[in-house]
Amino acid sequence: MVELGVSRTVLPVGSKAHHASGWWGMLTVIATEATLFAYLLFSYFYIASHAIGAWPPYGMPKLSLAIPCTMLLVAGSFTMWWGERGIDRDNPVRLMIGLVVSAVLGLVFIALEGLEWAGEPFHLTSDAYSSLYFTVTGFHLVHVAVGLLLLMVLFVWTALGYFDAQRHSAVSIGVLYWHFITIVWLAVFFTFYIAPRLG
Amino acid sequence: MSEVETFRAPIIARASDRSPSSQILKSNWEGAGGVAGWLSSVDHKEIGKRYLVTAFLFLIIGGLEAAVMRAQLAQPNEHLLTPEQYNQLFTMHGVTMIFLYALPVLSGFSNYLWPLLLGSRDMAFPRLNALSYWVFLFAGIFLYVSFPLGKAPDDGWFNYVPYASRAYNPGPNIDVYALGMVLLGISTTVGSINFIVTLLRMRAPGMSINRVPILIWGTLTASVGNLFAVPAVSLAFFMLWMDRQFGTHFFDVSAGGQPLLWQHLFWMFGHPWVYAIVLPAMGIVSDGLPTFCRRPLVGYTPVALATVATMALGFGVWVHHMFATGLPVIAMSYFSAASMIIVIPSSVAVFSWVATIWTGRPVFTSAFLFFVGFVILFVIGGVSGFMTAAVPVDLQLTHTYFVVAHLHYVIIGINVFPVVGGIFYWFPKITGRLMNEALGKWSFWVMFIGFNVGFFPMHILGIAGMPRRIYTYPEYLGWGPLNLIVTLGSYLFAIGVLLFFLNVFVSLKRGKRAGDNPWDAASLEWSTSSPPPVYNFAVIPTVASRYPLWEGRLNQSDDDRSSMQEGFLLDKGRETMGTTSLDAEPDVILKMPPDAYSPLVLALALAVLFIGALLHSWWLLGASLVVILLASTSWLWPQRSLSQIET
Repeated sequence: MVELGVSRTVLPVGSKAHHASGWWGMLTVIATEATLFAYLLFSYFYIASHAIGAWPPYGMPKLSLAIPCTMLLVAGSFTMWWGERGIDRDNPVRLMIGLVVSAVLGLVFIALEGLEWAGEPFHLTSDAYSSLYFTVTGFHLVHVAVGLLLLMVLFVWTALGYFDAQRHSAVSIGVLYWHFITIVWLAVFFTFYIAPRLG
Repeated sequence: MSEVETFRAPIIARASDRSPSSQILKSNWEGAGGVAGWLSSVDHKEIGKRYLVTAFLFLIIGGLEAAVMRAQLAQPNEHLLTPEQYNQLFTMHGVTMIFLYALPVLSGFSNYLWPLLLGSRDMAFPRLNALSYWVFLFAGIFLYVSFPLGKAPDDGWFNYVPYASRAYNPGPNIDVYALGMVLLGISTTVGSINFIVTLLRMRAPGMSINRVPILIWGTLTASVGNLFAVPAVSLAFFMLWMDRQFGTHFFDVSAGGQPLLWQHLFWMFGHPWVYAIVLPAMGIVSDGLPTFCRRPLVGYTPVALATVATMALGFGVWVHHMFATGLPVIAMSYFSAASMIIVIPSSVAVFSWVATIWTGRPVFTSAFLFFVGFVILFVIGGVSGFMTAAVPVDLQLTHTYFVVAHLHYVIIGINVFPVVGGIFYWFPKITGRLMNEALGKWSFWVMFIGFNVGFFPMHILGIAGMPRRIYTYPEYLGWGPLNLIVTLGSYLFAIGVLLFFLNVFVSLKRGKRAGDNPWDAASLEWSTSSPPPVYNFAVIPTVASRYPLWEGRLNQSDDDRSSMQEGFLLDKGRETMGTTSLDAEPDVILKMPPDAYSPLVLALALAVLFIGALLHSWWLLGASLVVILLASTSWLWPQRSLSQIET
């Protein structure tokens, strides 16, 4: 080997912000997951468009819980954004507060969603609408649960002092997924609660 | 090294595999060896070889199933098989060939070749790569669990409801298929993610997007397609499983469900998938053929664009599988026209291959013969596809042997022939030895003649009205003689495939030593040793053109040459260069993970999860979920050695 010199450009080493391969990986995960939800909503509209009789069959879905749910998730995205800005400024405590608050908002979302499920006059097996309703919201609930786990793990890692302003790509990647969950909910919310009212 | 670096000005060096620095690279990249090393390896070359071997094993299994079916159909009124056995055989033949052979074999090529073609030291996510292989292997086994019980999937590979619904198919047959496909979808998805991020991040400095080999374009396009297509089929199978096991009504018309929803979701996936299993194979030809024509590919840019255009159009043609379902004429007209438009990008590629041969100086090696055979079969399969894209013709021919002929010309012609040619081409790189040319030419002619004798008459049988998926037929219909020819021809084809496998085994031990670049080819993989060292390249190459090893004779000016011997050394642990997405400027020094068991553990836990779901064993399902969570967390835990933590 002959050493010829040292590169004139200084390069970052390893996972840094959007240089991290994981950031790119998460974007592709979101692409494929968003497609999954697109197919779920396609199935809803396909079956709705072929429905004989009233749609939705149980009357307009109530907004009394769905709107608070929506606000919780949107708020959770903002608190998470606020927390992430904290670590950008080398403030892990602010990040931890952001993670806890967002996780609590997510937990309340799950609880309210459970309440709505319990109050429905139909079951998973009642008809095609009920199957769609529980499956689509169920898919989303699973995503919220996974998001909560992510936030918990990120909390532990932050508490262990793993992150600083320089290196926190794991945080950026996790937060990206959390925002995705919010955006998907907006699509689900529009499909189930708003679209029938437009017809 | 306790200090974690944040920034570094990397060393530029001149080195080869014999330099002392390469000893350091070797110790950085080499795994543990033995069984432990085998189970924990994340080396893309190992994973690529495993994909190839496993896919070929499935090819043999699927081939044996076909051989039994052809024995059954050789004469009218035969009763070698019961109708139930025949249903399972044609279903498993299709599932095996389409899902367990055709894409995985291309993943094998791409996993092995991508970093070598791109001038990198591994894929973007080495552990994800291992996970994708293990999940593929377990999903393949899963799909076969009920086969020995005589309860294999039995509704054809596209598995239409309501026959696949519980009322008409109460056994475990369809549940195995449904869950197995969701599991396999995980493997396909993570594999695709790996290819996409690798392309965006891992190319050698200077390898701008318009300089990557066409195989890269093919696999990239297939991977992006899979990312958007696989969720459709995973969801469809999940909903079917829910319908069957938990009484939902997605496909149940009596409760407001729609049977046609199944067909839409399946073919929204199914048609892009058809391109996913051929575009990388077409890439193999676009890269291999020019080597044997002694000239660059004619029309690199049109071929690359045609590859992408084919997939883009491929998302808008799914209804041509459903012309006979009573959809509105206006919808069918649109999908018919869209399907016909695919002829344009396909023809661009065909004319580019023909022009490459025409204006080149062909060397008639076995690989070249297989590539040319592919072009001929692609044209025949393309014409029959064009015919069935027309609604009136399709209404006559759908569900007949004409379609069987078409799809075999397409899949064997565009997948198997390039794959075998690709093995002849890259075998010396993978093993360091050349395959036997005389035996290779024999295997080509036997396969080519056998294939055409076996599959061309199926067109005629289809026009004569023979439906597909019938287990036998009466004598007075007059299909007997042609069916006998089909059976004999397909057996001849199988003998040709056996000759090829024989060649592989003989050449592994006795083949001539190949040297680095036995074909005098142009791309980066031929600049390193055969077989390549575990670290791939002694220094990261710098690329200045599409044909780095041919620059001397392509009148490239001297000050604008690729450099294979001089480049970034990157020897502080497992490292490779990350570059920008379009121009491939150096962007980041990537730290690559060590060998790990977490992919294997995660894959096993996933397989157990699906077994739990199949058996309704909820504790098994819960236990595997816990293992999945633990394995994922340990996998993702930030590592100082990967520069994910500094403090």
